Amino acid sequence: MELNCKHVWAHISDYIDDTVTAELRADIERHLEHCEICSAILDSTRNILVLTADDRTFELPMGFSKRLHERLARELADEGNAPVGN
Amino acid sequence: MRRATVKSGEATAAAGRDEAGLIARILAGEKELFHELIRPYERMVYMTVFAIVRNETDAEDGAQDAMVNAYRHLGKFRGESKFSTWLATIAMNEGRQKLRKLKRAKEDSLDEPVQGEEQEVTPAPLTDWREIPLEALERKELREALRTAVAELPGIYRQIFMFRDLDGMNVAETAAALGINENMVKVRLHRARMMLQKRLAPFLKTTAPARKGFWGRMPWS
Repeated sequence: MELNCKHVWAHISDYIDDTVTAELRADIERHLEHCEICSAILDSTRNILVLTADDRTFELPMGFSKRLHERLARELADEGNAPVGN
Repeated sequence: MRRATVKSGEATAAAGRDEAGLIARILAGEKELFHELIRPYERMVYMTVFAIVRNETDAEDGAQDAMVNAYRHLGKFRGESKFSTWLATIAMNEGRQKLRKLKRAKEDSLDEPVQGEEQEVTPAPLTDWREIPLEALERKELREALRTAVAELPGIYRQIFMFRDLDGMNVAETAAALGINENMVKVRLHRARMMLQKRLAPFLKTTAPARKGFWGRMPWS
Protein backbone atom coordinates (compact mmCIF):
# COMPACT_ATOMS: atom_id res chain seq x y z
CA MET A 1 0.00 0.00 0.00
CA GLU A 2 1.20 3.51 -0.81
CA LEU A 3 1.59 5.42 2.46
CA ASN A 4 1.68 9.17 2.79
CA CYS A 5 3.82 11.02 5.34
CA LYS A 6 1.02 11.31 7.91
CA HIS A 7 0.48 7.56 7.86
CA VAL A 8 4.17 7.03 8.46
CA TRP A 9 4.27 9.52 11.36
CA ALA A 10 1.35 7.74 13.00
CA HIS A 11 3.34 4.51 13.07
CA ILE A 12 6.83 5.80 13.85
CA SER A 13 6.73 4.72 17.48
CA ASP A 14 5.49 1.21 16.69
CA TYR A 15 8.01 0.99 13.87
CA ILE A 16 10.87 1.86 16.23
CA ASP A 17 9.58 -0.69 18.76
CA ASP A 18 9.23 -3.25 15.99
CA THR A 19 5.58 -3.91 16.75
CA VAL A 20 4.21 -3.26 13.26
CA THR A 21 3.17 -6.09 10.95
CA ALA A 22 5.63 -7.26 8.32
CA GLU A 23 3.38 -5.79 5.66
CA LEU A 24 3.22 -2.37 7.29
CA ARG A 25 6.96 -2.43 7.93
CA ALA A 26 7.56 -3.04 4.25
CA ASP A 27 5.18 -0.21 3.30
CA ILE A 28 6.91 2.18 5.70
CA GLU A 29 10.33 1.22 4.42
CA ARG A 30 9.24 1.76 0.83
CA HIS A 31 8.10 5.26 1.81
CA LEU A 32 11.32 5.99 3.70
CA GLU A 33 13.39 5.09 0.67
CA HIS A 34 12.17 8.14 -1.19
CA CYS A 35 11.07 10.49 1.64
CA GLU A 36 13.93 12.30 3.30
CA ILE A 37 11.58 14.24 5.57
CA CYS A 38 10.18 11.09 7.18
CA SER A 39 13.65 9.54 7.33
CA ALA A 40 14.89 12.59 9.22
CA ILE A 41 11.96 12.45 11.63
CA LEU A 42 12.60 8.76 12.24
CA ASP A 43 16.33 9.33 12.77
CA SER A 44 15.79 12.26 15.12
CA THR A 45 13.25 10.31 17.18
CA ARG A 46 15.60 7.36 17.43
CA ASN A 47 18.45 9.62 18.44
CA ILE A 48 16.31 11.11 21.20
CA LEU A 49 15.69 7.58 22.49
CA VAL A 50 19.38 6.72 22.34
CA LEU A 51 20.15 9.89 24.25
CA THR A 52 17.44 9.13 26.81
CA ALA A 53 18.81 5.65 27.45
CA ASP A 54 22.32 7.05 27.90
CA ASP A 55 23.04 7.05 31.64
CA ARG A 56 24.71 10.46 31.38
CA THR A 57 21.46 12.16 30.39
CA PHE A 58 19.40 11.22 33.41
CA GLU A 59 22.02 10.80 36.09
CA LEU A 60 21.52 9.61 39.62
CA PRO A 61 22.69 12.19 42.15
CA MET A 62 26.29 11.70 43.24
CA GLY A 63 26.43 9.24 46.16
CA PHE A 64 22.78 8.23 45.78
CA SER A 65 23.43 4.50 45.94
CA LYS A 66 25.72 4.78 48.97
CA ARG A 67 23.19 6.84 50.91
CA LEU A 68 20.36 4.50 49.94
CA HIS A 69 22.19 1.41 51.16
CA GLU A 70 23.24 3.15 54.37
CA ARG A 71 19.61 3.97 55.07
CA LEU A 72 18.58 0.41 54.27
CA ALA A 73 21.31 -0.94 56.54
CA ARG A 74 19.85 1.06 59.41
CA GLU A 75 16.39 -0.18 58.52
CA LEU A 76 17.48 -3.81 58.31
CA ALA A 77 19.30 -3.55 61.64
CA ASP A 78 16.08 -2.64 63.40
CA GLU A 79 14.32 -5.91 64.25
CA GLY A 80 11.02 -4.08 64.63
CA ASN A 81 11.02 -3.31 60.91
CA ALA A 82 11.29 -6.90 59.70
CA PRO A 83 9.25 -7.52 56.54
CA VAL A 84 5.66 -8.52 57.13
CA GLY A 85 3.03 -10.35 55.08
CA ASN A 86 -0.71 -9.99 55.27
CA MET B 1 20.18 1.84 16.06
CA ARG B 2 17.20 -0.15 17.21
CA ARG B 3 15.77 0.70 20.55
CA ALA B 4 16.10 -2.92 21.65
CA THR B 5 19.86 -2.56 21.58
CA VAL B 6 19.99 0.31 24.04
CA LYS B 7 18.27 -1.35 27.00
CA SER B 8 19.55 -0.31 30.37
CA GLY B 9 22.35 -2.35 31.86
CA GLU B 10 20.45 -2.60 35.09
CA ALA B 11 17.49 -4.32 33.49
CA THR B 12 19.91 -6.76 31.94
CA ALA B 13 21.55 -7.36 35.30
CA ALA B 14 18.18 -8.24 36.81
CA ALA B 15 17.32 -10.65 34.03
CA GLY B 16 17.82 -14.27 34.86
CA ARG B 17 18.05 -13.78 38.61
CA ASP B 18 15.98 -15.99 40.88
CA GLU B 19 14.15 -13.11 42.49
CA ALA B 20 11.44 -15.31 43.98
CA GLY B 21 14.18 -17.33 45.67
CA LEU B 22 15.90 -14.17 46.92
CA ILE B 23 12.64 -12.84 48.34
CA ALA B 24 11.88 -16.14 50.07
CA ARG B 25 15.31 -16.09 51.72
CA ILE B 26 14.89 -12.49 52.87
CA LEU B 27 11.53 -13.32 54.39
CA ALA B 28 13.06 -16.38 56.05
CA GLY B 29 15.54 -14.12 57.84
CA GLU B 30 18.43 -13.44 55.44
CA LYS B 31 17.42 -9.80 55.35
CA GLU B 32 20.82 -8.53 54.20
CA LEU B 33 19.97 -9.97 50.79
CA PHE B 34 17.52 -7.10 50.35
CA HIS B 35 20.49 -4.93 49.31
CA GLU B 36 21.14 -7.34 46.47
CA LEU B 37 17.48 -7.65 45.53
CA ILE B 38 16.98 -3.96 44.91
CA ARG B 39 20.37 -3.08 43.42
CA PRO B 40 19.26 -3.44 39.76
CA TYR B 41 16.28 -1.17 40.40
CA GLU B 42 17.86 1.81 42.17
CA ARG B 43 17.82 3.90 39.05
CA MET B 44 14.28 2.94 38.05
CA VAL B 45 12.90 3.77 41.50
CA TYR B 46 14.71 7.11 41.63
CA MET B 47 13.60 8.08 38.12
CA THR B 48 10.01 7.03 38.83
CA VAL B 49 9.82 9.32 41.85
CA PHE B 50 11.73 12.03 39.98
CA ALA B 51 9.20 11.89 37.13
CA ILE B 52 6.56 12.91 39.67
CA VAL B 53 8.29 15.34 42.02
CA ARG B 54 10.76 16.75 39.48
CA ASN B 55 13.50 17.77 41.83
CA GLU B 56 16.53 15.82 42.97
CA THR B 57 16.21 16.25 46.72
CA ASP B 58 12.61 15.10 46.96
CA ALA B 59 13.24 12.35 44.42
CA GLU B 60 16.07 10.96 46.53
CA ASP B 61 14.02 11.12 49.74
CA GLY B 62 11.07 9.51 47.98
CA ALA B 63 13.21 6.80 46.43
CA GLN B 64 14.70 5.92 49.83
CA ASP B 65 11.25 5.84 51.41
CA ALA B 66 9.96 3.64 48.58
CA MET B 67 12.77 1.13 49.10
CA VAL B 68 12.18 1.10 52.87
CA ASN B 69 8.46 0.52 52.28
CA ALA B 70 9.22 -2.25 49.83
CA TYR B 71 11.33 -3.92 52.50
CA ARG B 72 8.72 -3.56 55.23
CA HIS B 73 5.96 -4.90 53.01
CA LEU B 74 7.95 -7.51 51.13
CA GLY B 75 5.78 -10.27 52.61
CA LYS B 76 2.84 -8.83 50.73
CA PHE B 77 4.49 -9.36 47.38
CA ARG B 78 2.75 -12.39 45.95
CA GLY B 79 4.63 -12.81 42.73
CA GLU B 80 1.54 -12.19 40.61
CA SER B 81 3.39 -9.35 38.92
CA LYS B 82 7.11 -8.94 38.41
CA PHE B 83 8.99 -7.62 41.42
CA SER B 84 10.11 -4.62 39.35
CA THR B 85 6.47 -3.75 38.54
CA TRP B 86 5.49 -4.02 42.20
CA LEU B 87 8.44 -1.80 43.12
CA ALA B 88 7.52 0.74 40.43
CA THR B 89 4.01 0.96 41.88
CA ILE B 90 5.41 1.60 45.35
CA ALA B 91 7.73 4.26 43.91
CA MET B 92 4.84 5.99 42.15
CA ASN B 93 2.75 5.99 45.31
CA GLU B 94 5.66 7.42 47.24
CA GLY B 95 6.18 10.11 44.64
CA ARG B 96 2.53 11.09 44.68
CA GLN B 97 2.45 11.16 48.46
CA LYS B 98 5.52 13.35 48.52
CA LEU B 99 3.98 15.67 46.00
CA ARG B 100 0.82 16.03 48.07
CA LYS B 101 2.93 16.84 51.11
CA LEU B 102 4.75 19.45 49.13
CA LYS B 103 1.35 20.93 48.31
CA ARG B 104 2.24 21.70 44.78
CA ALA B 105 -1.25 22.46 43.71
CA LYS B 106 -0.15 23.50 40.29
CA GLU B 107 1.33 20.09 39.60
CA ASP B 108 -0.53 18.22 36.90
CA SER B 109 -2.06 14.88 37.75
CA LEU B 110 -0.77 11.58 36.46
CA ASP B 111 -4.28 10.18 36.31
CA GLU B 112 -6.41 12.82 34.74
CA PRO B 113 -6.38 13.19 30.98
CA VAL B 114 -4.81 16.42 29.89
CA GLN B 115 -6.55 18.77 27.57
CA GLY B 116 -6.09 17.86 23.96
CA GLU B 117 -5.19 14.25 24.57
CA GLU B 118 -7.16 13.20 21.54
CA GLN B 119 -5.42 15.66 19.28
CA GLU B 120 -2.79 14.39 16.93
CA VAL B 121 0.79 15.39 17.59
CA THR B 122 2.69 15.88 14.40
CA PRO B 123 6.47 15.65 14.38
CA ALA B 124 8.63 18.55 13.27
CA PRO B 125 10.08 18.32 9.77
CA LEU B 126 13.81 18.48 10.12
CA THR B 127 15.43 18.90 6.79
CA ASP B 128 18.97 19.36 8.02
CA TRP B 129 19.02 16.56 10.60
CA ARG B 130 21.44 14.55 8.53
CA GLU B 131 23.82 17.46 8.60
CA ILE B 132 24.16 17.21 12.36
CA PRO B 133 27.34 15.39 13.23
CA LEU B 134 27.06 12.46 15.59
CA GLU B 135 29.21 14.38 18.06
CA ALA B 136 26.27 16.73 18.52
CA LEU B 137 24.64 13.99 20.57
CA GLU B 138 27.55 14.28 22.97
CA ARG B 139 26.82 17.91 23.73
CA LYS B 140 25.86 18.71 27.28
CA GLU B 141 23.37 21.30 26.07
CA LEU B 142 21.42 18.68 24.21
CA ARG B 143 21.20 16.47 27.28
CA GLU B 144 20.03 19.45 29.28
CA ALA B 145 17.43 20.30 26.64
CA LEU B 146 16.18 16.72 26.69
CA ARG B 147 15.94 16.68 30.49
CA THR B 148 13.98 19.91 30.41
CA ALA B 149 11.71 18.70 27.61
CA VAL B 150 10.95 15.46 29.47
CA ALA B 151 10.35 17.34 32.73
CA GLU B 152 7.87 19.57 30.94
CA LEU B 153 5.86 16.76 29.34
CA PRO B 154 2.37 16.43 30.81
CA GLY B 155 2.50 13.93 33.69
CA ILE B 156 0.68 11.07 31.98
CA TYR B 157 3.14 11.13 29.10
CA ARG B 158 6.22 11.75 31.23
CA GLN B 159 5.73 8.68 33.39
CA ILE B 160 5.13 6.37 30.43
CA PHE B 161 8.10 7.76 28.52
CA MET B 162 10.38 7.26 31.52
CA PHE B 163 9.18 3.72 32.21
CA ARG B 164 9.54 2.66 28.59
CA ASP B 165 12.45 4.61 27.20
CA LEU B 166 14.51 5.35 30.29
CA ASP B 167 13.91 2.33 32.50
CA GLY B 168 13.48 -0.11 29.64
CA MET B 169 10.21 -1.56 30.98
CA ASN B 170 8.11 -3.32 28.35
CA VAL B 171 4.57 -2.37 27.38
CA ALA B 172 2.93 -5.01 29.60
CA GLU B 173 4.99 -4.02 32.65
CA THR B 174 4.27 -0.34 32.08
CA ALA B 175 0.55 -1.02 31.70
CA ALA B 176 0.53 -3.09 34.90
CA ALA B 177 2.44 -0.46 36.89
CA LEU B 178 0.11 2.33 35.76
CA GLY B 179 -3.12 0.31 35.83
CA ILE B 180 -4.00 1.16 32.23
CA ASN B 181 -4.33 -1.02 29.15
CA GLU B 182 -1.47 -1.77 26.80
CA ASN B 183 -2.95 0.09 23.89
CA MET B 184 -3.13 3.25 26.00
CA VAL B 185 0.55 2.81 26.85
CA LYS B 186 1.42 2.62 23.14
CA VAL B 187 -0.72 5.61 22.21
CA ARG B 188 0.66 7.80 24.98
CA LEU B 189 4.23 6.70 24.37
CA HIS B 190 3.91 7.63 20.71
CA ARG B 191 2.56 11.03 21.64
CA ALA B 192 5.31 11.57 24.21
CA ARG B 193 8.01 10.72 21.68
CA MET B 194 6.48 12.98 19.05
CA MET B 195 6.21 15.84 21.55
CA LEU B 196 9.90 15.44 22.36
CA GLN B 197 10.88 15.22 18.71
CA LYS B 198 8.94 18.37 18.00
CA ARG B 199 10.40 20.15 20.97
CA LEU B 200 14.02 19.16 20.36
CA ALA B 201 14.10 19.44 16.58
CA PRO B 202 14.33 23.24 16.47
CA PHE B 203 16.93 23.16 19.21
CA LEU B 204 19.10 20.90 17.14
CA LYS B 205 18.53 22.91 14.01
CA THR B 206 19.48 26.20 15.54
CA THR B 207 22.48 25.01 17.50
CA ALA B 208 24.05 22.66 14.98
CA PRO B 209 26.64 24.26 12.76
CA ALA B 210 25.30 24.51 9.23
CA ARG B 211 27.27 22.54 6.71
CA LYS B 212 26.88 22.34 3.02
CA GLY B 213 25.91 18.92 1.85
CA PHE B 214 23.03 17.09 0.33
CA TRP B 215 20.42 19.23 2.04
CA GLY B 216 22.31 22.43 1.36
CA ARG B 217 21.82 21.79 -2.32
CA MET B 218 18.09 21.25 -2.12
CA PRO B 219 15.96 23.96 -3.73
CA TRP B 220 14.15 24.92 -0.52
CA SER B 221 17.26 25.44 1.59
